Amino acid sequence: MQLRPEEEINLIDHGFMASRAKLLDIAAFLDRIERSGQARDYRVDALCEAIKLLDQPGALRARRILEALSDPSQGPIPEAHTKDAAGAYQGPAS
Amino acid sequence: MNYIEPHAHMISRTTDDYLSMATAGCRAISEPAFWAGYDRSSEKGFYDYFSHLTGFEPKRAASFGIQHYSWMCINPKEAEDIGLADAVLALIPEFLAKPTCLGVGEIGLNKNSRNELLVLEKHIQLAADYDQLILVHTPHLEDKLKGTKLIVDAIRNHPAIKPERVIIDHVEEHTVGVVKDAGFWAGMTLYPESKLSANRAIDIIEQYGSDRLWMNCACDWGVSDPLATPKAALEMRRRGHSEATVHRVFYENPKAFMGQCDKFQIRSHA
Repeated sequence: MQLRPEEEINLIDHGFMASRAKLLDIAAFLDRIERSGQARDYRVDALCEAIKLLDQPGALRARRILEALSDPSQGPIPEAHTKDAAGAYQGPAS
Repeated sequence: MNYIEPHAHMISRTTDDYLSMATAGCRAISEPAFWAGYDRSSEKGFYDYFSHLTGFEPKRAASFGIQHYSWMCINPKEAEDIGLADAVLALIPEFLAKPTCLGVGEIGLNKNSRNELLVLEKHIQLAADYDQLILVHTPHLEDKLKGTKLIVDAIRNHPAIKPERVIIDHVEEHTVGVVKDAGFWAGMTLYPESKLSANRAIDIIEQYGSDRLWMNCACDWGVSDPLATPKAALEMRRRGHSEATVHRVFYENPKAFMGQCDKFQIRSHA
């Protein structure tokens, strides 16, 4: 069941500047790692693939991006060799 | 505004944080057992930790007019060692009987390994044996979607566990439906980077409704904000939501879930 706010506000006024700033931060990040020769990384590849999903209509962008960055396998792994997560799926541990 | 902070690791926070939360209107905090940032060397480390959560921390909170509740478990980051997990599980019933302990948590998965899943199932059985509420941690980042599905399956496979007595925490856009469609409560954690922003959490409420949902700050020793919850309440108002809706999400919902345990009582003058 959807929940609409009691008072409708202008969401563009509310969120455009913050979104503009975040977009520029992503652009500057990609420029920075390219200048430094560090752009070849599976996380950067995953980020660039995910960015393409911003252009897809349907109001499911956040969900689709999270799914694209997720481990797609099923069932538990044999053993955990680290406690950390990286934010993008690298593939099965060798 | 009065609010309840349903997930905060106050053992890792300062008295200044208690003061800020009390000033913002926090009436009660629930603190699930979690990873200390390092692996404890034996079950004795857990005994001391559980004693802290049920003894000293409620007193520290009370000095700021805040009621403090806790949850007991061995967290999934230390679940690869089955022998240690069994020793810790044997300690937990003593603490479940404490007057401020609400149930078993935050159990769950971290890297989705077989031993983590086995220890999760042992915790589920413990909750069933002692008729306890359950608070579940879902994995981080790329491990969350798969782990959430494994967790939902593991809990649904236990015939004695009622989904309305389980909250599955740290949901995001790709997992909230998995959790709510199965009848569980869902928690949304507000983190600067690795979980939800206030606006994304409010988007989820607008999509899924305010039923069986809460927000929390999950502040700990990492980058986190003990005031993230009341800040999200402010953002809900800025987004046009009424005071009644805000009160439901930030006070009535956590009260309704945790109130399923008789020990959870908000005093009129904490």
